[in-house]
Amino acid sequence: MDLNIIWYILVGVLFTGYAVLDGFDLGVGALHLFVKKDEHRRLMLNSIGPVWDGNEVWLVTGGGALFAAFPEAYATVFSGFYLAFMMLLVCLIFRAVAIEFRSKEPWGWWRKIWDVAFSFSSILSSFLIGVAMGNLVRGIPLGTDREYQGTFLNLLNPYSIFFGCTTVLLFAMHGAIYVSMKTDGDLQNLVRGWIPRLIGVFLAFYFIFNLYTIVDVEWVLSAVRAKPWVFAIVTINVLIVLNIPREISKGREFYAFLSSCVGMCLMMMTFGLTYFPYMVRSNPVLENSLTIYNAASSQKTLGIMLVIAIIGVPIVLAYTASIYWIFRGKTTLTKHSY
Amino acid sequence: MTTEILARVQFAFTIMFHYIYPPLSIGLGVVLVMMEALWLKTGNPKFHNMARYWTRIFALTFAIGVATGIVMEFEFGTNWATYSRFVGDIFGSALAAEGIFAFFLESGFLAILLFGWNKVGPKLHFFATCMVCLGAHFSAIWIVVANSWMQTPAGYHLEKVVDGKPVRLLEGHVVGPGDLGTVRAVIDDFWAMVFNPSSVDRLTHVLLGCWMAGAFLVVSISAFYLLRGRHIEFAKSSMRVGLAFAAVSTILQVGLSGSQTAEGVVKNQPIKLAAMEGVFETRPYTPMTLFGWVDEETQEVSGPKVPGLLSFLVYKNFKTPVVGLNDLPTDDFLHKRHPGASPEELEKIRPSYWPKVNFTFQVYHIMIIVGTALLGLVVVALFFWWRGWLFRTDLIWTRWLLMALVLSVLGPQIANQAGWFTAEIGRQPWIVYEILKTSDSLSKAVRAEEILASLIMFAFVYTLLFALFIYTLTRKIQHGPDTEESSEEMPESWKSVIRKPSLTN
Repeated sequence: MDLNIIWYILVGVLFTGYAVLDGFDLGVGALHLFVKKDEHRRLMLNSIGPVWDGNEVWLVTGGGALFAAFPEAYATVFSGFYLAFMMLLVCLIFRAVAIEFRSKEPWGWWRKIWDVAFSFSSILSSFLIGVAMGNLVRGIPLGTDREYQGTFLNLLNPYSIFFGCTTVLLFAMHGAIYVSMKTDGDLQNLVRGWIPRLIGVFLAFYFIFNLYTIVDVEWVLSAVRAKPWVFAIVTINVLIVLNIPREISKGREFYAFLSSCVGMCLMMMTFGLTYFPYMVRSNPVLENSLTIYNAASSQKTLGIMLVIAIIGVPIVLAYTASIYWIFRGKTTLTKHSY
Repeated sequence: MTTEILARVQFAFTIMFHYIYPPLSIGLGVVLVMMEALWLKTGNPKFHNMARYWTRIFALTFAIGVATGIVMEFEFGTNWATYSRFVGDIFGSALAAEGIFAFFLESGFLAILLFGWNKVGPKLHFFATCMVCLGAHFSAIWIVVANSWMQTPAGYHLEKVVDGKPVRLLEGHVVGPGDLGTVRAVIDDFWAMVFNPSSVDRLTHVLLGCWMAGAFLVVSISAFYLLRGRHIEFAKSSMRVGLAFAAVSTILQVGLSGSQTAEGVVKNQPIKLAAMEGVFETRPYTPMTLFGWVDEETQEVSGPKVPGLLSFLVYKNFKTPVVGLNDLPTDDFLHKRHPGASPEELEKIRPSYWPKVNFTFQVYHIMIIVGTALLGLVVVALFFWWRGWLFRTDLIWTRWLLMALVLSVLGPQIANQAGWFTAEIGRQPWIVYEILKTSDSLSKAVRAEEILASLIMFAFVYTLLFALFIYTLTRKIQHGPDTEESSEEMPESWKSVIRKPSLTN
């Protein structure tokens, strides 16, 4: 295993961490408007209150790691998806601001505006992340200079839009499970009632999504033929998602949430394993693709970065885990709450 | 050309806006550590109350700093893709280190700092505060290191991809148009990159600027309460901590770090220094212009001058001439980039390697004037403190001083912004000093209209954000500190809390 492969895995781990962690707080945002009572909305917000900020850091660090390890991929994707990423940035800003300011004033109209801003920016962020992933799967037109040659509208193809919708549903399901874990009483009952339906809709989308991928994206079929064990991962994934309602009905929300996290990790793994060794697939001219070799930094930098990761990541994991531990249990409202 | 200008305006706008907040968080972070340490040491609830209040202000600046910070990291890739391809090997590792060492630390422990008052004990809370403060400083370290590498590149070589294979280029290779997209800087020595010639000076300068930003915010709000006669005891204690911190950082900044940074600039980037001071001709006893206007056509600088002062500040000797712009960059440097040009042609080409002289001059002088004014203010305030007049709001002079202190919060902000302008504008036309030009660093896939659209979007969003920030800050100041301590008694020992999370309130 060479350094390039290690960094492919590490960048993958960072983005998976982002999907699993920010996934639930984006999902909480997507569900926010479906909860009507102000107290319940505040509980939802405060369930993610202490952690959403740290969750977003996974995106920042993932972006930084991509820049450091695969600068060509970073430059191509970020400049190629220019308007989409600018919209994502504005959504992330609005989300942060909405969380911060919503409960600062008691006025109804004030809270309503921020509730809408929080919810829509969460949904749109999830959707844009999905659209970006969808385009990476399909492949984007790259020139010999490794620059994106399409336009913003090329990114909004039906497949990627479907990918985006599936992502929104996935995060919403994940968020609902998180809320049911972090709350009790009325709110928990309300959200718990949604979970089986959300899972049902998500699985339907997930099924169509897989069919759509095989039909629409030519390379996937041959890749899966070469790596048939990918099917095993997908099967385990479906089983794990089906396990969620079982755990919920037994009142074991934590295990339900854990299943959901594992399910998302497996989805990212499926993506990473089938996509390997590409960083950005070029479509239609495959030769112009960026791989983990032609997009990478020098071996020396990859080595230095590995040292940084080996020192840093265990410390990060240790205190992230302790912080989740300190804030475990049901969310309650205090005067410091949002 | 328009793409370049729009991309630069967008970067300048977003970074300026962003740079209002992290300095406040870094400076306030230190203040919070001091206040909580005082509380732990004395057990006086007054300090606890102070720490709680300033944490609320800190939370606000931190939230906006984070929200606007993600934009910065994305913008390297979105607007400066060619630059990113060129420096990714070096610049990227500093950014990734910032993510792993700084951002996770800050954001993780921030949860405890803000929401952990009732969840963990005082010692663990203090530890979390220290970690947030440390994380904020780490993030300054890595980003200033990355920027300093752009100012004074070190510990790297250039390589070109030929037929898919990297080929090492000789030292002194001039990056030409055909090299863009295939040539990149590759790291040789990580520590030489980190400790490049300007990073220590510039990091000290930036951190002191950040401390001043935080300290003067505390001073300003405390002075406001004193003038209004509200929360007097709280304001006095906060003022003492804030003023002491402001005094130390201002004296170090203006007295030491400022001249050290300038000495570094004259050694590493003489063109920038000449532009900062508006020096065109190389003459002994180089004067320093206190303020004025540079006419770039006639190469004349109006305004009061002190003969020999610039020579003295830079070389500790009144006579040694400071090299002027008309001799910079050197003929050698120009010959290499324009082989075969006649001496007359070189004279014509030379100014294209200068930054905008008057602009650089003005922003630099704004920084110097504001910095000196802050030093003067701090000295007066210390004198008042020493004589016991600082809190005598019945005295007219004290009231005037307090009024000046209320406004002083703007000082570090203006100086910080002006200083960064000096550093970045003074480096032009280069993005990586004497290696890569700013105009060659843009994203090829991005069109001018797209940048314009996003610029308008940011202008709108940031205006809203700034209005909200000012509004909320004003509300927090109006609301003032909590006086009743009893409702939120801290637990005796944090161990009991760790074992059993408090589920009630």
